[in-house]
Amino acid sequence: MTTTQPAATRTGIPALPPTRRRRRLTGDLLVRYAFIAPAALYMIAFFGYPILKNVVMSFQAYDFATFFNGKAPFVGFANYTATFSDPIFLRALGNTGLFTIGSIIGQFVIGMGLALYFRKKFPLSGFLRSLLLLPWLLPMIVSAAVWRWILEQDNGALNQFLAGIGLISDPIPWLNSSDTALIAVIMVNIWLGIPFNVVLLYSGLQSIPDELYEAGQLDGATGWKSFWNITLPMLRPVVSVVLLLGVIYTIKVLDLIIGLTGGGPANATQTLATRSYEMSFVEFDFGQGAALSNVLILIALAFSLVYLRANARAAKNG
Amino acid sequence: MSTATHAAPALLGAPRRTRTGRSWIHTVIGIVLVAIMLFPVYWMLNASLAPAGNSLNTQWLPLNPDFSGYSRAIADQGQNLITSLIVAVGACLLSITIAAPCAYALAQFKIKGTAALLFLVLISQMIPGIVIANALYTVYTPLGLINSIPGLILADASQGIPFAILIMRAYLETFETSIVEAARVDGAGHVRAFWSIVLPVSKNSLITAGIFSFLFAWSDFLMALTLTTGETIRPVTLGLYTYIGTNDTDWSAVMSTAVLSSLPAVVLMIVAQKYVAAGATGGAVK
Repeated sequence: MTTTQPAATRTGIPALPPTRRRRRLTGDLLVRYAFIAPAALYMIAFFGYPILKNVVMSFQAYDFATFFNGKAPFVGFANYTATFSDPIFLRALGNTGLFTIGSIIGQFVIGMGLALYFRKKFPLSGFLRSLLLLPWLLPMIVSAAVWRWILEQDNGALNQFLAGIGLISDPIPWLNSSDTALIAVIMVNIWLGIPFNVVLLYSGLQSIPDELYEAGQLDGATGWKSFWNITLPMLRPVVSVVLLLGVIYTIKVLDLIIGLTGGGPANATQTLATRSYEMSFVEFDFGQGAALSNVLILIALAFSLVYLRANARAAKNG
Repeated sequence: MSTATHAAPALLGAPRRTRTGRSWIHTVIGIVLVAIMLFPVYWMLNASLAPAGNSLNTQWLPLNPDFSGYSRAIADQGQNLITSLIVAVGACLLSITIAAPCAYALAQFKIKGTAALLFLVLISQMIPGIVIANALYTVYTPLGLINSIPGLILADASQGIPFAILIMRAYLETFETSIVEAARVDGAGHVRAFWSIVLPVSKNSLITAGIFSFLFAWSDFLMALTLTTGETIRPVTLGLYTYIGTNDTDWSAVMSTAVLSSLPAVVLMIVAQKYVAAGATGGAVK
């Protein structure tokens, strides 16, 4: 592009005085920047500023009173010490870990199974695969509402089904007991994440050349053997992208948990994201809410950087 | 698991008839798998057609469909559905307007700062929404943007804009620049070249970006939860949430609302399948 500009001026008006040419070039540069200016401004206002604001707020006593008198005195690390010594924070941190690991393993294993299954050529496979996307496209709060009804203790479909086949005699209070709530929430999140895993893993599988399997068969690599020795190694770049993106998306899940349990019962499903929401918008302590958010940002950013590196590597190899 | 996948047929040349016979068995198993996955969606539809009240014996099939859940849902949530529609259309238009020129510049202009902006866009998709909401609430309050349509549109576009930039940039990277250069030699400015050449040619990625920007805003719950406080401006996602809390004995009305809130996703998946599929993979591996 930069080389075309002088050429264009040359073909246009050959005897252009140098000063005018420079002015025209600067004007051109301004127009180019005008293309990215709205997006850059938006990104600064809606991502750059909020992140900065969170950092600043986390060092302030920013609470209910602040919204009336506008005063938010600096308190040093008080919000952080309060956060880290709060038993609910430790609970939320542990839950975030369990929720993320449990969700990712479930989504990945089932997603991989479905992706492998749909790689077979059979009538309607493309159509059925596209139907699998539906849970991913629905608003998360809709899924939460539906699952609340399915998991309902007395009339929910799951308990009716389990009782019907004789697996349980007493209905399980899925979302109302602190023993089962986290498991139930993870289960629903696995259901939500399967489509995403299927789509990415399926497109990864498509790029493995058939010749590899044919050659493998001659060497006796079929079934599990071909999966371990051919599919998985070939799929490794895609797998790392899927897993890392899965982690990044899962740590920040909020809608689903708020919709299903609200973080309860007795903080059994409280995660860093829901606790940060609760701190800011229920207890109106934006200082501590921001401190919690920053912990969340640091975790998300760490995984994001690993992801960007893995993705760059995948792009280079693929 | 994959024993049957790529074992015999290709190499040993199994008779054609048994192969197609086996394919149909695969189709049947595939239908069963999809049916299990989509059971919750069916169950939502089924419950929405049940009669009012917390019926003790839920029917497994809606043999006597009762549409009164829908009339109660529309009476209670109709206004919220309209609010959601306005916000989602607004966020979609805003996202496209801001993202399209930026994507073109990122893909084609060699100017300083593009790498930094691209990095910011990539990272922004990973920032938890609660971080944005925390800060926006403190700014929206003095600006009077709490409980306002423009406030929600601006906040909801925070998902659509980075996504739209990445999707469109991925397409425009592969875009043949010679036509644009030819037009530029003929005296067209950047703006005209963009408007009359680049935009029409990149229609597909524009539609994909638009569909997802719409769906992101339509599905938004967090911004609705944190940036609205009253009942006048309330997107249907938040409406549904408060509906469960206040009304969990009337599941047919709740599920009717859920069905109505799912309609845009379902309709777009059917009429714009190609674009939805492009968006599903495009945002991640690029």
